Amino acid sequence: MNTAAEGLGVDGVHVWRGDRHVLKGVSLSLRPRQLLHISGPNGTGKTTLLRVVCGLLRPEQGRVSWLGKPIASVRSEYQAALAYASHEPALKADLTALENLHFAVGLKHRATADELRGSLERTGVAACADLPARVLSAGQRRRVAMARVLAMRASLWLLDEPFTNLDAAGTDLMSSLLQSHVERGGAALVVAHHDLDIDVDMRRLDLGP
Amino acid sequence: MNVGTFEAFTLVVRRELCLSFRRPDQLLQPLVFFLIVTTLFPLGLSLQLSLLRDMAPGVLWVAALLSSLLSLDALFKSDADDGTLEQLALSGQGLTLIVVAKTFAHWLVTGVALVLVSPVVATALGIPGSAFATMMLSLGLGTLTLSWLGAIGAGLTVGLRRGNVLLSLIVLPLAMPLLIFGAGATDRALSGVSPLGALYFLAALCVFTCTLAPFAATAALRISLE
Repeated sequence: MNTAAEGLGVDGVHVWRGDRHVLKGVSLSLRPRQLLHISGPNGTGKTTLLRVVCGLLRPEQGRVSWLGKPIASVRSEYQAALAYASHEPALKADLTALENLHFAVGLKHRATADELRGSLERTGVAACADLPARVLSAGQRRRVAMARVLAMRASLWLLDEPFTNLDAAGTDLMSSLLQSHVERGGAALVVAHHDLDIDVDMRRLDLGP
Repeated sequence: MNVGTFEAFTLVVRRELCLSFRRPDQLLQPLVFFLIVTTLFPLGLSLQLSLLRDMAPGVLWVAALLSSLLSLDALFKSDADDGTLEQLALSGQGLTLIVVAKTFAHWLVTGVALVLVSPVVATALGIPGSAFATMMLSLGLGTLTLSWLGAIGAGLTVGLRRGNVLLSLIVLPLAMPLLIFGAGATDRALSGVSPLGALYFLAALCVFTCTLAPFAATAALRISLE
Protein backbone atom coordinates (compact mmCIF):
# COMPACT_ATOMS: atom_id res chain seq x y z
CA MET A 1 0.00 0.00 0.00
CA ASN A 2 2.73 2.42 0.93
CA THR A 3 4.18 2.90 -2.54
CA ALA A 4 3.55 6.64 -2.50
CA ALA A 5 6.74 7.39 -0.60
CA GLU A 6 6.85 10.89 -1.98
CA GLY A 7 3.33 10.92 -3.30
CA LEU A 8 1.84 13.09 -5.94
CA GLY A 9 3.03 16.51 -6.97
CA VAL A 10 1.39 19.04 -9.25
CA ASP A 11 3.51 22.02 -10.06
CA GLY A 12 2.28 25.24 -11.71
CA VAL A 13 -0.23 23.65 -14.07
CA HIS A 14 -1.84 25.87 -16.71
CA VAL A 15 -4.59 24.63 -19.00
CA TRP A 16 -6.40 26.54 -21.72
CA ARG A 17 -9.58 25.19 -23.26
CA GLY A 18 -9.95 27.18 -26.45
CA ASP A 19 -9.72 30.82 -25.34
CA ARG A 20 -10.53 30.05 -21.73
CA HIS A 21 -7.68 29.95 -19.25
CA VAL A 22 -9.15 27.21 -17.03
CA LEU A 23 -6.31 26.35 -14.69
CA LYS A 24 -4.07 29.26 -13.80
CA GLY A 25 -0.95 27.85 -12.26
CA VAL A 26 -2.37 25.26 -9.86
CA SER A 27 0.10 23.56 -7.53
CA LEU A 28 -0.58 20.88 -4.97
CA SER A 29 1.06 17.96 -3.27
CA LEU A 30 -0.43 14.87 -1.75
CA ARG A 31 1.30 12.31 0.45
CA PRO A 32 0.11 9.00 1.85
CA ARG A 33 -2.36 9.38 4.73
CA GLN A 34 -3.61 12.65 3.31
CA LEU A 35 -6.84 13.72 1.74
CA LEU A 36 -7.10 16.75 -0.48
CA HIS A 37 -10.53 18.21 -0.98
CA ILE A 38 -10.84 20.24 -4.18
CA SER A 39 -13.78 22.60 -4.12
CA GLY A 40 -15.01 25.59 -6.05
CA PRO A 41 -18.02 26.78 -8.03
CA ASN A 42 -19.05 25.09 -11.29
CA GLY A 43 -16.77 25.73 -14.23
CA THR A 44 -13.66 26.52 -12.24
CA GLY A 45 -11.74 23.54 -13.60
CA LYS A 46 -12.10 20.94 -10.84
CA THR A 47 -12.72 18.09 -13.27
CA THR A 48 -10.07 19.46 -15.63
CA LEU A 49 -7.56 19.41 -12.78
CA LEU A 50 -8.45 15.82 -11.96
CA ARG A 51 -8.04 14.81 -15.62
CA VAL A 52 -4.64 16.51 -15.66
CA VAL A 53 -3.63 14.62 -12.52
CA CYS A 54 -4.76 11.32 -14.12
CA GLY A 55 -2.71 12.04 -17.21
CA LEU A 56 -5.75 12.06 -19.49
CA LEU A 57 -5.17 15.71 -20.27
CA ARG A 58 -1.76 17.17 -20.90
CA PRO A 59 -1.28 20.63 -19.39
CA GLU A 60 0.11 23.41 -21.58
CA GLN A 61 2.47 24.37 -18.77
CA GLY A 62 3.58 22.81 -15.53
CA ARG A 63 4.07 19.21 -14.56
CA VAL A 64 2.51 16.37 -12.65
CA SER A 65 4.87 14.01 -10.88
CA TRP A 66 4.51 10.70 -9.08
CA LEU A 67 7.23 9.62 -6.64
CA GLY A 68 9.25 12.56 -7.90
CA LYS A 69 9.15 11.57 -11.58
CA PRO A 70 6.97 13.06 -14.35
CA ILE A 71 3.92 10.82 -14.80
CA ALA A 72 4.59 10.36 -18.52
CA SER A 73 7.85 8.56 -17.70
CA VAL A 74 6.30 6.22 -15.11
CA ARG A 75 2.95 5.83 -16.81
CA SER A 76 2.28 2.14 -16.14
CA GLU A 77 3.43 2.21 -12.49
CA TYR A 78 1.44 5.38 -11.93
CA GLN A 79 -1.71 3.96 -13.54
CA ALA A 80 -1.35 0.76 -11.53
CA ALA A 81 -1.30 2.82 -8.34
CA LEU A 82 -4.29 5.00 -9.08
CA ALA A 83 -8.02 4.49 -9.17
CA TYR A 84 -10.04 7.14 -10.96
CA ALA A 85 -13.77 7.58 -10.66
CA SER A 86 -15.14 10.13 -13.08
CA HIS A 87 -18.39 11.98 -12.47
CA GLU A 88 -20.07 9.38 -14.69
CA PRO A 89 -20.20 5.90 -13.12
CA ALA A 90 -18.46 4.51 -16.29
CA LEU A 91 -20.36 1.25 -16.39
CA LYS A 92 -21.37 -0.70 -19.49
CA ALA A 93 -25.17 -0.84 -19.42
CA ASP A 94 -25.27 -4.32 -21.01
CA LEU A 95 -22.87 -5.95 -18.54
CA THR A 96 -23.76 -6.97 -15.03
CA ALA A 97 -22.24 -5.10 -12.10
CA LEU A 98 -19.87 -8.01 -11.46
CA GLU A 99 -18.79 -8.22 -15.13
CA ASN A 100 -18.21 -4.48 -15.17
CA LEU A 101 -15.88 -4.86 -12.22
CA HIS A 102 -14.23 -7.94 -13.66
CA PHE A 103 -13.32 -6.33 -16.99
CA ALA A 104 -12.12 -3.09 -15.40
CA VAL A 105 -10.23 -4.45 -12.39
CA GLY A 106 -8.89 -7.48 -14.31
CA LEU A 107 -6.62 -5.19 -16.32
CA LYS A 108 -4.95 -3.98 -13.12
CA HIS A 109 -4.54 -7.20 -11.19
CA ARG A 110 -5.99 -10.69 -11.09
CA ALA A 111 -9.08 -10.36 -8.94
CA THR A 112 -11.22 -13.35 -8.03
CA ALA A 113 -15.01 -13.20 -8.31
CA ASP A 114 -15.25 -13.52 -4.51
CA GLU A 115 -13.00 -10.52 -4.05
CA LEU A 116 -15.12 -8.48 -6.46
CA ARG A 117 -18.33 -9.59 -4.74
CA GLY A 118 -16.69 -8.59 -1.46
CA SER A 119 -16.15 -5.04 -2.64
CA LEU A 120 -19.72 -4.85 -3.96
CA GLU A 121 -20.81 -5.98 -0.51
CA ARG A 122 -18.76 -3.27 1.17
CA THR A 123 -20.56 -0.61 -0.86
CA GLY A 124 -23.93 -2.20 -0.15
CA VAL A 125 -24.81 -3.41 -3.64
CA ALA A 126 -24.06 -7.14 -3.32
CA ALA A 127 -27.66 -7.89 -4.33
CA CYS A 128 -27.10 -6.12 -7.67
CA ALA A 129 -23.99 -8.14 -8.62
CA ASP A 130 -25.73 -10.16 -11.31
CA LEU A 131 -28.05 -7.46 -12.63
CA PRO A 132 -27.19 -5.56 -15.79
CA ALA A 133 -26.05 -2.02 -15.00
CA ARG A 134 -28.89 -0.76 -17.20
CA VAL A 135 -31.51 -1.59 -14.56
CA LEU A 136 -29.64 -0.06 -11.61
CA SER A 137 -30.60 3.30 -10.15
CA ALA A 138 -28.19 6.24 -10.34
CA GLY A 139 -27.24 5.78 -6.70
CA GLN A 140 -26.63 2.05 -7.14
CA ARG A 141 -24.42 2.73 -10.16
CA ARG A 142 -22.41 5.19 -8.08
CA ARG A 143 -21.96 2.50 -5.44
CA VAL A 144 -20.84 -0.02 -8.07
CA ALA A 145 -18.33 2.53 -9.37
CA MET A 146 -17.08 2.93 -5.79
CA ALA A 147 -16.78 -0.84 -5.47
CA ARG A 148 -14.57 -0.77 -8.56
CA VAL A 149 -12.31 1.80 -6.89
CA LEU A 150 -12.09 -0.45 -3.80
CA ALA A 151 -11.36 -3.58 -5.86
CA MET A 152 -8.50 -1.87 -7.71
CA ARG A 153 -6.49 -1.87 -4.47
CA ALA A 154 -4.95 1.44 -5.49
CA SER A 155 -2.98 3.68 -3.17
CA LEU A 156 -4.16 6.89 -4.83
CA TRP A 157 -7.87 7.57 -5.23
CA LEU A 158 -8.96 10.30 -7.63
CA LEU A 159 -12.67 10.84 -7.16
CA ASP A 160 -14.81 13.29 -9.09
CA GLU A 161 -17.98 14.18 -7.19
CA PRO A 162 -18.25 10.79 -5.46
CA PHE A 163 -21.25 11.91 -3.39
CA THR A 164 -23.54 12.60 -6.36
CA ASN A 165 -26.81 10.60 -6.34
CA LEU A 166 -26.06 9.03 -2.96
CA ASP A 167 -28.63 8.95 -0.16
CA ALA A 168 -27.75 9.88 3.44
CA ALA A 169 -26.58 6.35 4.24
CA GLY A 170 -24.52 6.31 1.03
CA THR A 171 -22.88 9.61 1.91
CA ASP A 172 -21.90 8.26 5.34
CA LEU A 173 -20.61 5.06 3.74
CA MET A 174 -18.55 7.03 1.22
CA SER A 175 -17.04 9.12 4.01
CA SER A 176 -16.17 6.07 6.06
CA LEU A 177 -14.58 4.34 3.04
CA LEU A 178 -12.46 7.43 2.41
CA GLN A 179 -11.52 7.58 6.07
CA SER A 180 -10.41 3.95 6.26
CA HIS A 181 -8.52 4.26 2.95
CA VAL A 182 -6.56 7.25 4.24
CA GLU A 183 -6.02 5.69 7.68
CA ARG A 184 -4.57 2.59 6.04
CA GLY A 185 -1.92 4.68 4.29
CA GLY A 186 -3.69 5.67 1.11
CA ALA A 187 -4.08 9.10 -0.42
CA ALA A 188 -7.17 10.61 -1.93
CA LEU A 189 -8.01 13.59 -4.10
CA VAL A 190 -11.70 14.33 -3.86
CA VAL A 191 -13.63 16.84 -5.92
CA ALA A 192 -16.78 17.89 -4.09
CA HIS A 193 -18.58 21.19 -3.73
CA HIS A 194 -19.85 20.64 -0.23
CA ASP A 195 -17.94 20.22 3.03
CA LEU A 196 -16.51 16.82 3.80
CA ASP A 197 -16.98 15.36 7.25
CA ILE A 198 -14.01 13.04 7.48
CA ASP A 199 -11.67 12.82 10.43
CA VAL A 200 -8.27 12.55 8.73
CA ASP A 201 -5.40 14.81 7.69
CA MET A 202 -7.50 16.82 5.26
CA ARG A 203 -6.60 19.94 3.38
CA ARG A 204 -8.71 21.97 1.05
CA LEU A 205 -7.90 23.58 -2.27
CA ASP A 206 -10.44 26.09 -3.44
CA LEU A 207 -10.38 26.78 -7.16
CA GLY A 208 -12.71 29.75 -6.87
CA PRO A 209 -12.13 32.84 -9.00
CA MET B 1 0.06 -10.36 -9.40
CA ASN B 2 0.51 -8.00 -12.34
CA VAL B 3 -1.52 -8.77 -15.41
CA GLY B 4 0.54 -9.75 -18.45
CA THR B 5 0.10 -8.18 -21.86
CA PHE B 6 -1.45 -11.26 -23.44
CA GLU B 7 -3.79 -11.78 -20.52
CA ALA B 8 -4.93 -8.17 -20.76
CA PHE B 9 -5.39 -8.54 -24.53
CA THR B 10 -7.63 -11.59 -24.14
CA LEU B 11 -9.58 -9.88 -21.36
CA VAL B 12 -10.38 -6.87 -23.57
CA VAL B 13 -11.25 -9.15 -26.51
CA ARG B 14 -13.58 -11.14 -24.24
CA ARG B 15 -15.14 -7.92 -23.00
CA GLU B 16 -15.82 -6.77 -26.57
CA LEU B 17 -17.24 -10.14 -27.65
CA CYS B 18 -19.41 -10.27 -24.54
CA LEU B 19 -20.75 -6.78 -25.28
CA SER B 20 -21.39 -7.65 -28.93
CA PHE B 21 -23.34 -10.79 -28.14
CA ARG B 22 -25.45 -8.92 -25.57
CA ARG B 23 -26.65 -6.70 -28.42
CA PRO B 24 -27.44 -9.16 -31.25
CA ASP B 25 -29.31 -6.45 -33.17
CA GLN B 26 -26.14 -4.40 -33.55
CA LEU B 27 -24.18 -7.52 -34.38
CA LEU B 28 -26.55 -8.51 -37.18
CA GLN B 29 -27.16 -5.07 -38.70
CA PRO B 30 -24.03 -4.95 -40.90
CA LEU B 31 -24.60 -8.54 -42.03
CA VAL B 32 -28.22 -7.92 -42.97
CA PHE B 33 -27.17 -4.71 -44.73
CA PHE B 34 -24.59 -6.70 -46.70
CA LEU B 35 -27.17 -9.31 -47.68
CA ILE B 36 -29.79 -6.73 -48.69
CA VAL B 37 -27.47 -4.52 -50.75
CA THR B 38 -26.10 -7.49 -52.66
CA THR B 39 -29.64 -8.77 -53.28
CA LEU B 40 -30.71 -5.39 -54.67
CA PHE B 41 -28.29 -5.59 -57.57
CA PRO B 42 -29.75 -8.68 -59.28
CA LEU B 43 -33.21 -7.13 -58.79
CA GLY B 44 -32.21 -3.76 -60.20
CA LEU B 45 -30.25 -5.04 -63.18
CA SER B 46 -31.97 -6.80 -66.05
CA LEU B 47 -31.71 -10.52 -65.68
CA GLN B 48 -28.63 -11.02 -67.78
CA LEU B 49 -26.65 -13.58 -65.87
CA SER B 50 -23.45 -12.81 -67.77
CA LEU B 51 -23.61 -9.11 -66.88
CA LEU B 52 -24.37 -9.93 -63.26
CA ARG B 53 -21.46 -12.33 -63.04
CA ASP B 54 -19.08 -9.74 -64.50
CA MET B 55 -20.17 -7.19 -61.92
CA ALA B 56 -20.37 -9.63 -59.01
CA PRO B 57 -16.86 -9.13 -57.52
CA GLY B 58 -17.25 -5.35 -57.54
CA VAL B 59 -20.74 -5.49 -56.05
CA LEU B 60 -19.61 -7.88 -53.35
CA TRP B 61 -16.66 -5.70 -52.36
CA VAL B 62 -18.49 -2.39 -52.37
CA ALA B 63 -21.22 -3.93 -50.19
CA ALA B 64 -18.59 -5.38 -47.85
CA LEU B 65 -16.84 -2.00 -47.49
CA LEU B 66 -20.06 -0.14 -46.78
CA SER B 67 -21.36 -2.68 -44.30
CA SER B 68 -18.04 -2.66 -42.40
CA LEU B 69 -18.28 1.12 -42.16
CA LEU B 70 -21.66 0.85 -40.46
CA SER B 71 -20.22 -0.73 -37.34
CA LEU B 72 -16.91 1.19 -37.24
CA ASP B 73 -18.55 4.29 -35.82
CA ALA B 74 -19.26 2.52 -32.53
CA LEU B 75 -15.73 1.08 -32.18
CA PHE B 76 -14.61 3.65 -29.59
CA LYS B 77 -17.65 5.88 -29.39
CA SER B 78 -19.83 3.75 -27.13
CA ASP B 79 -16.98 3.42 -24.62
CA ALA B 80 -16.19 7.12 -24.86
CA ASP B 81 -19.83 8.07 -24.26
CA ASP B 82 -20.25 6.09 -21.04
CA GLY B 83 -16.81 6.90 -19.67
CA THR B 84 -15.42 3.37 -19.79
CA LEU B 85 -12.82 4.41 -22.36
CA GLU B 86 -11.15 6.57 -19.69
CA GLN B 87 -11.10 3.58 -17.36
CA LEU B 88 -9.47 1.49 -20.09
CA ALA B 89 -6.98 4.27 -20.84
CA LEU B 90 -5.99 4.41 -17.15
CA SER B 91 -5.84 0.64 -16.69
CA GLY B 92 -2.05 0.61 -16.69
CA GLN B 93 -1.96 -1.55 -19.82
CA GLY B 94 -1.20 1.16 -22.35
CA LEU B 95 -3.73 2.53 -24.78
CA THR B 96 -2.14 0.79 -27.78
CA LEU B 97 -2.91 -2.64 -26.35
CA ILE B 98 -6.52 -1.61 -25.75
CA VAL B 99 -6.81 -0.28 -29.31
CA VAL B 100 -5.31 -3.46 -30.79
CA ALA B 101 -7.61 -5.72 -28.76
CA LYS B 102 -10.72 -3.69 -29.53
CA THR B 103 -9.98 -3.53 -33.24
CA PHE B 104 -9.20 -7.24 -33.41
CA ALA B 105 -12.48 -8.06 -31.63
CA HIS B 106 -14.31 -5.75 -34.02
CA TRP B 107 -12.86 -7.66 -36.96
CA LEU B 108 -13.89 -10.98 -35.37
CA VAL B 109 -17.54 -9.98 -35.11
CA THR B 110 -17.84 -8.04 -38.38
CA GLY B 111 -15.12 -9.17 -40.81
CA VAL B 112 -15.15 -12.86 -40.04
CA ALA B 113 -18.95 -12.97 -40.05
CA LEU B 114 -18.97 -11.26 -43.42
CA VAL B 115 -16.46 -13.76 -44.83
CA LEU B 116 -18.62 -16.61 -43.58
CA VAL B 117 -21.82 -15.41 -45.27
CA SER B 118 -20.08 -14.32 -48.49
CA PRO B 119 -20.49 -17.75 -50.25
CA VAL B 120 -24.27 -17.42 -49.92
CA VAL B 121 -24.20 -13.98 -51.52
CA ALA B 122 -21.69 -15.10 -54.12
CA THR B 123 -23.96 -17.96 -55.17
CA ALA B 124 -26.84 -15.52 -55.57
CA LEU B 125 -24.65 -13.33 -57.77
CA GLY B 126 -23.61 -16.28 -59.95
CA ILE B 127 -20.01 -16.61 -58.82
CA PRO B 128 -18.95 -20.24 -59.31
CA GLY B 129 -17.74 -22.30 -56.36
CA SER B 130 -14.23 -22.49 -57.77
CA ALA B 131 -13.67 -18.81 -56.94
CA PHE B 132 -14.94 -19.03 -53.36
CA ALA B 133 -11.58 -19.70 -51.74
CA THR B 134 -9.96 -16.66 -53.36
CA MET B 135 -12.98 -14.51 -52.62
CA MET B 136 -13.10 -15.48 -48.94
CA LEU B 137 -9.36 -15.07 -48.46
CA SER B 138 -9.37 -11.66 -50.12
CA LEU B 139 -12.39 -10.56 -48.06
CA GLY B 140 -10.71 -11.77 -44.87
CA LEU B 141 -7.55 -9.77 -45.59
CA GLY B 142 -9.56 -6.80 -46.82
CA THR B 143 -11.88 -6.57 -43.83
CA LEU B 144 -8.96 -6.83 -41.39
CA THR B 145 -7.17 -4.01 -43.20
CA LEU B 146 -10.39 -2.03 -43.20
CA SER B 147 -10.83 -2.52 -39.47
CA TRP B 148 -7.39 -1.03 -38.92
CA LEU B 149 -8.02 1.92 -41.25
CA GLY B 150 -11.36 2.36 -39.55
CA ALA B 151 -9.74 2.38 -36.11
CA ILE B 152 -7.73 5.46 -37.15
CA GLY B 153 -10.87 7.16 -38.42
CA ALA B 154 -12.90 6.12 -35.39
CA GLY B 155 -10.15 7.41 -33.09
CA LEU B 156 -10.16 10.79 -34.84
CA THR B 157 -13.94 11.19 -34.85
CA VAL B 158 -14.75 9.75 -31.42
CA GLY B 159 -15.32 13.16 -29.85
CA LEU B 160 -17.57 14.46 -32.62
CA ARG B 161 -21.33 14.47 -32.38
CA ARG B 162 -22.03 13.29 -35.91
CA GLY B 163 -18.74 11.67 -36.68
CA ASN B 164 -20.00 8.81 -38.82
CA VAL B 165 -20.18 10.83 -42.07
CA LEU B 166 -16.69 12.22 -41.50
CA LEU B 167 -15.52 8.70 -40.67
CA SER B 168 -16.73 7.48 -44.07
CA LEU B 169 -15.01 10.41 -45.79
CA ILE B 170 -11.73 9.56 -44.04
CA VAL B 171 -11.84 5.80 -44.48
CA LEU B 172 -13.34 5.27 -47.95
CA PRO B 173 -10.54 6.99 -49.94
CA LEU B 174 -7.97 4.95 -47.99
CA ALA B 175 -9.92 1.79 -48.76
CA MET B 176 -9.72 2.27 -52.56
CA PRO B 177 -6.66 0.03 -53.02
CA LEU B 178 -8.51 -2.67 -51.09
CA LEU B 179 -11.45 -2.47 -53.48
CA ILE B 180 -9.24 -2.51 -56.57
CA PHE B 181 -7.12 -5.48 -55.53
CA GLY B 182 -9.84 -7.34 -53.63
CA ALA B 183 -12.34 -7.22 -56.47
CA GLY B 184 -9.43 -7.81 -58.86
CA ALA B 185 -8.40 -11.02 -57.11
CA THR B 186 -11.96 -12.40 -57.19
CA ASP B 187 -12.34 -11.33 -60.81
CA ARG B 188 -9.15 -13.12 -61.79
CA ALA B 189 -10.23 -16.29 -60.01
CA LEU B 190 -13.54 -16.08 -61.90
CA SER B 191 -11.85 -15.89 -65.28
CA GLY B 192 -9.41 -18.66 -64.43
CA VAL B 193 -6.27 -16.49 -64.15
CA SER B 194 -4.02 -16.85 -61.08
CA PRO B 195 -5.14 -14.31 -58.45
CA LEU B 196 -1.89 -14.59 -56.48
CA GLY B 197 -0.52 -11.17 -57.49
CA ALA B 198 -3.55 -9.32 -56.18
CA LEU B 199 -3.72 -11.51 -53.06
CA TYR B 200 -0.07 -10.79 -52.25
CA PHE B 201 -0.74 -7.10 -52.58
CA LEU B 202 -3.75 -7.36 -50.25
CA ALA B 203 -1.65 -9.31 -47.74
CA ALA B 204 1.07 -6.65 -47.93
CA LEU B 205 -1.50 -3.90 -47.27
CA CYS B 206 -2.84 -5.93 -44.37
CA VAL B 207 0.59 -6.34 -42.77
CA PHE B 208 1.36 -2.67 -43.38
CA THR B 209 -1.79 -1.48 -41.61
CA CYS B 210 -1.51 -4.09 -38.83
CA THR B 211 1.92 -2.77 -37.90
CA LEU B 212 1.42 0.98 -38.26
CA ALA B 213 -2.30 1.65 -37.76
CA PRO B 214 -2.34 0.74 -34.02
CA PHE B 215 0.04 3.60 -33.28
CA ALA B 216 -1.82 6.04 -35.50
CA ALA B 217 -5.16 5.02 -33.98
CA THR B 218 -3.76 5.35 -30.45
CA ALA B 219 -2.41 8.82 -31.18
CA ALA B 220 -5.75 9.83 -32.71
CA LEU B 221 -7.66 8.47 -29.72
CA ARG B 222 -5.36 10.19 -27.23
CA ILE B 223 -6.00 13.54 -28.91
CA SER B 224 -9.75 12.90 -28.84
CA LEU B 225 -9.66 11.92 -25.15
CA GLU B 226 -8.16 15.28 -24.12
